[in-house]
Amino acid sequence: MSKLKRQLLAGPYILWMAGFILLPIAMVLYYAFTTTSGSFTFLNVTSITFSVHLKALALSLKLALLCTIICLVLSYPLAMILNHMKTKSQGFIVFIFILPMWMNFMLRILAWRMLLSNNGIINSLLGTLGLPAIDILNTPTAVVFCMVYDFLPFMILPIYNAMTRIQTDIIEAAKDLGAGNITIFFKITVPLTMSGVISGIIMVFVPALTSFAISDLLGGGKVLLIGNVIEQAFMQEYNWNLGSGLSFVLMIFVIASMALMNSRGDDQGAGVL
Amino acid sequence: MIRKSAERVYLFLIFLFLYLPIGVLIVLSFNNSKSKVVWGGFTLNWYKKLFSNSAVMEAFYTTIFISLASAAIATLLGVLAALGIDAMKKHGQAVMLGATNIPLLNADIVTGISMMLLFVRFTRLGMNTVLIAHITFNIPYVILNVLPKLKQSSHTAYEAALDLGATPLYAFRKIVWPQILPGVLSGFLMAMTMSLDDFSVTYFTKGAGINTLSTIIYTEMRKGIRPEMYALSTILFLIAFILLLFMNFGPTARKEIQL
Amino acid sequence: MSKRLIDLQHITKSFDGQTILDDLNLYIRENEFLTLLGPSGCGKTTTLRIIGGFETPDQGNVIFDGRDITNLAPNQRQLNTVFQKYALFPHMSIAQNIAFGLKIRKKSKSYIEDKIKYALKLVNLEGFENRSIDSLSGGQQQRIAIARAIVNEPKVLLLDEPLGALDLKLRQDMQYELIRLKNELGITFIYVTHDQEEALTMSDTIVVMNQGYIQQIGTPQDIYNEPVNAFVADFIGESNIINGFMLKDRLVQILDVKFPCVDEGFGCNTPVDVVIRPEDVELVSPEQGMLKGHVVSLIFKGVHWEMEVLANGYEWLVQTTQMHPVGAHVGIRVDPFNIQIMNKPESNDERAVVSDV
Repeated sequence: MSKLKRQLLAGPYILWMAGFILLPIAMVLYYAFTTTSGSFTFLNVTSITFSVHLKALALSLKLALLCTIICLVLSYPLAMILNHMKTKSQGFIVFIFILPMWMNFMLRILAWRMLLSNNGIINSLLGTLGLPAIDILNTPTAVVFCMVYDFLPFMILPIYNAMTRIQTDIIEAAKDLGAGNITIFFKITVPLTMSGVISGIIMVFVPALTSFAISDLLGGGKVLLIGNVIEQAFMQEYNWNLGSGLSFVLMIFVIASMALMNSRGDDQGAGVL
Repeated sequence: MIRKSAERVYLFLIFLFLYLPIGVLIVLSFNNSKSKVVWGGFTLNWYKKLFSNSAVMEAFYTTIFISLASAAIATLLGVLAALGIDAMKKHGQAVMLGATNIPLLNADIVTGISMMLLFVRFTRLGMNTVLIAHITFNIPYVILNVLPKLKQSSHTAYEAALDLGATPLYAFRKIVWPQILPGVLSGFLMAMTMSLDDFSVTYFTKGAGINTLSTIIYTEMRKGIRPEMYALSTILFLIAFILLLFMNFGPTARKEIQL
Repeated sequence: MSKRLIDLQHITKSFDGQTILDDLNLYIRENEFLTLLGPSGCGKTTTLRIIGGFETPDQGNVIFDGRDITNLAPNQRQLNTVFQKYALFPHMSIAQNIAFGLKIRKKSKSYIEDKIKYALKLVNLEGFENRSIDSLSGGQQQRIAIARAIVNEPKVLLLDEPLGALDLKLRQDMQYELIRLKNELGITFIYVTHDQEEALTMSDTIVVMNQGYIQQIGTPQDIYNEPVNAFVADFIGESNIINGFMLKDRLVQILDVKFPCVDEGFGCNTPVDVVIRPEDVELVSPEQGMLKGHVVSLIFKGVHWEMEVLANGYEWLVQTTQMHPVGAHVGIRVDPFNIQIMNKPESNDERAVVSDV
């Protein structure tokens, strides 16, 4: 088969992509910049400056950032410990820590909501210990907890994978040249896992920033994120132009955060996956 | 020694954080009491109730159908695409891979909304639109699993087969296909898992009539939690566990842990 | 003779219950080019890693310059290693790689810059400071690995099969480079390889190892001309290794023929291994030969012909500049000085490796 003929095999996929990825995004752009009657406008996009929307966006950024930082702080030592573990069962143990990532998203929210509810396990445990009950369901705290719970494996995996790619002789070479553990950590391990960290940050930050289901189900309608605003614009107010305009703003934020992260030295060429 | 123990404790705490919620869910699915705390004895009642709930069962079948069908079609398109991309020049490959990354990187909510806008314009929301949407976000996973295998597979072996008189199709079947098969299988399994897991895209593209398990749990949860949902969660957890065990330790396992 | 710099005393090491080194004793002199030579799994790399500090021996001591460093971490030893696969830091430029050890030692900026220049010049890569690692060929990466090690002015440079990944031509060039470097730097090189030619070309001293035991220590000439056992003889170059019988001093019986030789002290009627290098076998007319045989194969090797001659039931490997066609009847002569007598191996370990002779 000639090269050209083989390239044609990608044809169906290219058509599919054009029809179901590019065209839909074009439609978002179209709705974002038109009024209901079809005339051009910036209003949908600029409506992000309405105080309700702005507050939702700010809260989304804050919670997503918080979630990302917590995930990073929890994951990095974990990945190091997993990487150092040289037992036969290492593969399985790593698997155990990655597994929750594949469990149904809704299921994970359900589990967390049940734990946090007023008459749930956590409060009854606190009760038996004689501690005051916490009432964090329907607060941003609960949302962040659940986000961390949901997205933690997405941080663990790329960092762990980046660590396993560091050859032991690189570490030995550093020791040989006089480096102690701290120097090795900052000069070798951290820079060589940076691509994994960046992948992890993107994979946690983007879904956290854009999620609406977690805040919807754990925020009790009191935690309004930008995702919720968009969802409501589409599914409750049927204002597609406004929803598209805000989606456009969200896309800009996602792209900007990725560009920002990728500019921070993704020298290993490791993609997000 | 102290360091070792500290590491163990840390691992255990994260493990608890990840699994305690699920563990409690599983235990409660067998609990003969509506309380979230008190153990009222072992029962399979919630499972019976679940299986007699026609809405849930219908969502279950829909989910299975969508995930199998979307994974199969995505695998077909994805393998063809990977073969095509592999034959392209460097520049073409970069463009194609960039485009392939869009659904992976884009926010789920935007992917869902954008497709909804398209579908509503040209057709009615329903099973077909969910299927198309799932195929769309599944294809990249297949491509990203198959392409590395293609790159690893030796072109010289393929050329050697041609040299020995094989037709291109025969050479593909006997030389290339066995080498990429593990990637195809793991791509298929990954696509299936992504489809099973999806909520956001389904939510926006499903229309009124149909539900998948994710969307039905969402709807139920908004009303309040019923113990049948624990039973459903337990079943879903077991399905994911078995699929993943197979993916990571089965015959198609790669060295690196799968995403 | 210069003083002993490193002393390995009774080193024993095993992994997963498998003994890699068994009571190894070895000293390395200052300013010596010492090569650990042996097949894979012979313990040579483990020995090097113990000297480098990457492994701790189960028993025994490593003495460096009079000081016991057995349990000292690698980063506290006055020696540097050139790794087999270079182990360059992929995220750093060449200059940063070379500066790594110096920065840890808190050297001044100007000192570091001078050192980088000096080291790059030494390895013939001037002007490469800001290149990235990926842009280098294998041979260049190896030179950078050497430069990165030597800027720290180690007393000893450990080289773990550093030329293993290079192609033949480059490997030969690098052998001369290494000899030059060693002479310019005036430090001790401990070199690990399984390539006998590398060992013979570069070393002052060769340590032949097999299955965790040292088989022979000596100069390249010693090792080549007077191998102490069949393993060494076979590992260093091609040889005819034949079962023999020492009838008395200076007389050995090989293949039912008595050969005068120069060896003494093996006793009377002792079974021995006899080594005769292929270039030492003289082919003469059948009447003049001590043995009669005929040529069974003939290959042109450039500088000489290589033949196999069947005589008295043994196929002799012969290298000579005179061609005899296949089937030709020839006689075999060996000069007494070229007959090397060795005791039969005593341990099972030694025996295991000569069984294929």
